[in-house]
Amino acid sequence: MAIPLAYNLRNLVVRKTTTIMTALGIALTVAVLLAIMGLVSGLRATLSASGDPLNVLALRKGSDSELVSNFTRAQFQDLKFKRGIATGRDGQPLASLEVVTVVNLANVDNPGGTNLSVRGLTQVGIEMRKGLHIESGRWFQQGRRELVVGKSAAGRFPDAQIGKKIQLGRGDWEIVGVMAAGNSAQGSEIWGDLNQIGSDLQRVDVLSSVLVRATDEVTAQALVNDISNDQRLNMTAMSEKEYYERQTSQAAPVEYTGIFVAIIMAIGSSFAAMNTMYAAVSRRAREIGTLRVLGFSRGSILFSFFVEAVLLSALGGVLGCLLALPLNGITTGIGNTNFAETAFDFRVTPQSMLFGIAFAVVLGSIGGLFPARMASKKEILTALREV
Amino acid sequence: MLRYLPLILKNCWRNRRRTILTVVSIAVSMCLLGVMISMYHAFYLSSPAPEEALRLVVRNRISLTVEIPEFYGPRIQQVAGVRGVMISQWFGGTYKDARDPKNFFARLAVEPDKLFAMFPEYVMPEEQRKAFARERTACVVGRDLANNLNFHVGDRINLMGDIFPGNYEFTVRGIFDSPRSSDVLFFSRDYLEQTLPEGRRGQVGNFYVMMDDPTHGGRIGGAIDAEFHNSTAQTRTESEQAFNVGFLALLGNVKALLIGISGAVMFTILLVSANTMAMSVRERVREVGVLKTLGFTPALVLSFILGEALLISVAGGALGYLISMGLTTGIGKSPYGGMLPHIPPFQISVALACIGTAGVIGLVSSLVPALGASRTPIVDALRSTD
Repeated sequence: MAIPLAYNLRNLVVRKTTTIMTALGIALTVAVLLAIMGLVSGLRATLSASGDPLNVLALRKGSDSELVSNFTRAQFQDLKFKRGIATGRDGQPLASLEVVTVVNLANVDNPGGTNLSVRGLTQVGIEMRKGLHIESGRWFQQGRRELVVGKSAAGRFPDAQIGKKIQLGRGDWEIVGVMAAGNSAQGSEIWGDLNQIGSDLQRVDVLSSVLVRATDEVTAQALVNDISNDQRLNMTAMSEKEYYERQTSQAAPVEYTGIFVAIIMAIGSSFAAMNTMYAAVSRRAREIGTLRVLGFSRGSILFSFFVEAVLLSALGGVLGCLLALPLNGITTGIGNTNFAETAFDFRVTPQSMLFGIAFAVVLGSIGGLFPARMASKKEILTALREV
Repeated sequence: MLRYLPLILKNCWRNRRRTILTVVSIAVSMCLLGVMISMYHAFYLSSPAPEEALRLVVRNRISLTVEIPEFYGPRIQQVAGVRGVMISQWFGGTYKDARDPKNFFARLAVEPDKLFAMFPEYVMPEEQRKAFARERTACVVGRDLANNLNFHVGDRINLMGDIFPGNYEFTVRGIFDSPRSSDVLFFSRDYLEQTLPEGRRGQVGNFYVMMDDPTHGGRIGGAIDAEFHNSTAQTRTESEQAFNVGFLALLGNVKALLIGISGAVMFTILLVSANTMAMSVRERVREVGVLKTLGFTPALVLSFILGEALLISVAGGALGYLISMGLTTGIGKSPYGGMLPHIPPFQISVALACIGTAGVIGLVSSLVPALGASRTPIVDALRSTD
C-alpha cells in the first residue's frame, strides 16, 4: 500500500524555508540551462527565418561566407542567364550581384566597437527578399551615399540611426531609412547602393556574391548543381536557407559553455537536494518508525521519500522556468561567418521549459534516491527510539 | 577565541555526511566561479605577459577585415619608440575537409625574418629559422598544431584559399614551441604576394609593432593613428591584448555571460550553505540551551555557529579553487585557448577572491539561523523537541 501523496506535500509545506531554499537552488540551475537553450534556439530561429528556399546563393569555390568571396561582373553576366532563374516584373532575371563588407561601430554591448555587416545591392536584390519593407524613412537612392539600416541593428548600434552619418570607405554615409525583415538576419545588416559602395571600397569590378531566385524548388536544386558544376564559373552554390542553417554552428562555443556550466551547477544542486533529503529523513526517523508500525512496507517508504524529492525538484524546475521567462524578448548578438554581428532574441520555448523541468526531476531523483534508501532501511525499533 | 577552535571543528565533523555534501556542493559551484573569475581577470583586468605588453597591432579603422596599404610599414617604423614592424595577413582558406573542426587553425602570412624577433616567446632551432627565411614556400607550425594533425618537418601542406583564391602548397620547415596555445601556421607573405593579381598587391591585413617600453603604448598608438589621420585608410592601433579580446567579442557578449553565470552561481552557493546551516542549527537548539546554561554567552554561541559556517564554506571555496586551477589550465590548452589571453594557473588575487567570496557567503548565510539560536531563551531551547 502506498503512502498518500498528501503526506509528502504537507511535509514540504511544513518545512517551507528548507523546501524553498532547496528548490531555489535547483531553480537557478534550471534557469541557467534555459537561458543558454534560449540563446541557441533564438539564434536558430533567426537564422532559419533568414533564408528563402527559392533563393540560391553563389560564392567563389572554397569560400564559406560572403565576406571572403569574390565575384566579378563578367562572371555575373555568365550566371545571370542560366536556365531556371525567375524573371522579375521588368522582365529581367532575378539575379542580384552584391558586395558585403563590415564596418566597426560602437554597440550597446561593446562600446569599443562591433562589426556590422554592410551590403551593397541593387533594386532587384531588395525585390528578391520577401517580407522586407521600409519601416520608417525611405530606401537609399542610386549613386548616393545613403544607407538603410536593419531594425535589429538600429536597436543595437547607437550610431546607426536615421539622420546620422557613418564613415565608410571614402566618405560619410547618411542613414535614410530603417527596414524590417521579421526576425531574420537581414535585420542585423545595413544596406546601400551596390555601385556606390563598390566604388568607395575600390571594388568596382570584384564584388562578393550573387543571389538568384529560382522559379520553383526543383529548379532551385537544379540551379545549385548547375552553378556548382560549371567549370567556367568556379563557384559553389547553395540555397540561401542552407547558407544560414550552416551558420548555426556559430553558437557551438556558447552552447558548450552553457552545457558545461549547467552540468557543474547540476552536480552542486543535486548534492544540495541530497543534503536536504538526508536531513528530512533523519528528522523524521520516529515518523518513519511509526509508518512501519502502521504496516507500510519498506518499499512504500522508499517510494514515498523518492516522490518527495521528485516533487521538491519539480517545484525547483517550475520556479526555474519562471525565472527564465523574462529573458524572452531580450535581444543580444553573436558573431557570424561574415565576421559581423547577428542580432537575435532569446527564445525560451515551451519545449525547452519542459526539458528544464525534466532536468530538474532527474537532478532531484539522483539526490533523493540514497536518502530514500536510508529511510527504508531503518529498523522499526531503532527508528522509534531516535530523537 | 582560538581555544574554542577544537569545539568548532568537532561540531563541523559531527554530521560527516552533511559536512562532506556541503563542502562538495560549495566546491563544485566555487570551481565554476573560479573559472569565471580567472577568465574575467584575464580578459579585462590582468596585465599582459611581458613580451605581449611590448606589442601593438595596427589595423584599418573601419574594421579588421579591411586592408591597409603596405607602405604604411616604413612610416610606422619612423614613429619614435617603435623598435620593429611586421606585416601579418590573415589567410583564411581551408585545409582538407573544412567540416571537421580539427582542420580549422589560424594561417597567417608574415615576414619570416622578423617573426621570431616580434614573438620572442616562440622557440625554434636556429637552422629551422634559417630554412624558413630562405625558402619561399616554407611554413612553420606551432607544436600544438603539429601534434593535432601529425605534421613533421618536411611535410607538405595544401591549403585552398578563399580570401586569396587558389591552391597553395607549403613545406613544413620548422616546428616552434610557445608558452601559449600554438594552433597556428605561419608562412611567407612574399609567396602570397607573388600569387596575387596586380590590383590586389601592396595591401596588408595588419601590422604588429614592437615598442621600446611597455608603458609607451598609449603614446605610440596615438602617434601612429595621428600619422594616418588624413589618409584614405585610417588606422586603429591597440594593444595585442585588446586586439585579441576584440576577436573574442565576436563570439557574443562575453562580459554579460561571465557576470550572469557568476551571479547565478554565487546565489546558488548562498542558498546551499544557508540551507545547511539552518538545518544544523535547528538540530542543535537544545544543545545551545545546554551551552548557555553552562555559562557561554550568546555572543560566544553566535561565534561558534558563524565559525562553523565559515570553516565549511572556506574549505569548499579552497577545494573549488583547486579544481578550477585544473580547469583553467585545460581551457588554455583547448582549441579555443589560442584566442584567449594567457590565463596564469595560479593567481593570488583570483584565489583570494574565490576563497573570500566563499567565506563571506558562509558568514552571511549562517547569520540568520545563528542569531536565532543565540537569542532563544534557555528555557525554550531546553524544551525544544526537534
